[in-house]
Amino acid sequence: MFVNFQKGIKDGLPIGIGYFAVSFSFGIAGSKLLAWPFVTLISMANLTSAGQFAGLQIMADAAGTFLEMALATLFINLRYSLMAISLSQKVSPSFTTGKRLLLATGITDEIFAVSMLQKEKVTPIYFLGLSTLPYLGWSLGTMTGAICGQILPTMVTNALGVALYGMFVAIVVPQMKVHKPTIFAVAIAIAMSLAFKYVPALSGVTVGFAIIICATIASLAAAFLFPIKEDESSGAAEPAADVTDKVKESEK
Amino acid sequence: MTFDLTKYLEYLLVMAGVTYLVRAVPFILLRGKLTSVFWRSFLAYVPYTVLSAMTVPAIFYATDNMLSAACALVTAVVASLMGRGLVGVAIVACVTVLGVDGILMLL
Repeated sequence: MFVNFQKGIKDGLPIGIGYFAVSFSFGIAGSKLLAWPFVTLISMANLTSAGQFAGLQIMADAAGTFLEMALATLFINLRYSLMAISLSQKVSPSFTTGKRLLLATGITDEIFAVSMLQKEKVTPIYFLGLSTLPYLGWSLGTMTGAICGQILPTMVTNALGVALYGMFVAIVVPQMKVHKPTIFAVAIAIAMSLAFKYVPALSGVTVGFAIIICATIASLAAAFLFPIKEDESSGAAEPAADVTDKVKESEK
Repeated sequence: MTFDLTKYLEYLLVMAGVTYLVRAVPFILLRGKLTSVFWRSFLAYVPYTVLSAMTVPAIFYATDNMLSAACALVTAVVASLMGRGLVGVAIVACVTVLGVDGILMLL
């Protein structure tokens, strides 16, 4: 049993290192808005990247509402539901309902991808081990970033402030390279996002709703015109695996 | 913005609560497979469309001037096309902002 835990820890190490770097930039972004303990608490309570970041933008928006926060979080994190369903078929019978409730927070793109790559069934103790370092990396990275954001000069924090966007680019662009229809989806999302910002009639829409509308319409259009066949991709697993590759690669 | 602890905690609770439920509910209830190609495709596209909509145009306002941010977006895309990983691309973007802001200060 302990062997399984150790294997999980070992498999989780590269994810934890990658998460530290990503959440460091989340911490920097958050420090412009909140004191470091509050930024860190967001990471500890959520363990998501895009979802948290959208949440932060909604918190910063004076016109933001709880409904917007709930809908944006639901929508952006909806892919975890798909992963949870897939993972459900991959876990061992010892993964009881209680253990599922305790460990569900570990379902992130990268932890999910590594779990699905296992040859044998995923046990609760392995999943716990696998989630441990990513969780610590994510929380500590946020804390470090948020503290640095408060003490470093503006010029440096401005530069670090684009790091998170850089990482988003690094997730989206490689997928556009290998899967052409993604270019179409991304183009629609960006065009609509620009419209929400710069077209006066649309600029009243708050940031969270704008993200939901852009992403829903772009994804629906792409799914309708360019459905992804089963053999081409296993749903969300492919992009998730792609991110894991990137994390592993960035560690070298 | 003045910091309002109650409002922050309420937002945090909504965010964390929804995030948890999105993961936990299907994990305990749905043990079948999502068979619809359309909805699987939709969910596969979502991460990319969300990240794109969040990056553009928000990145242009992430620094004190749009020029350095726009340059950072360009260099990030180029670095990514050249096969750099997450951290590599992020570093390229940061260095671009530092460089452009530095040059603008000297002018």
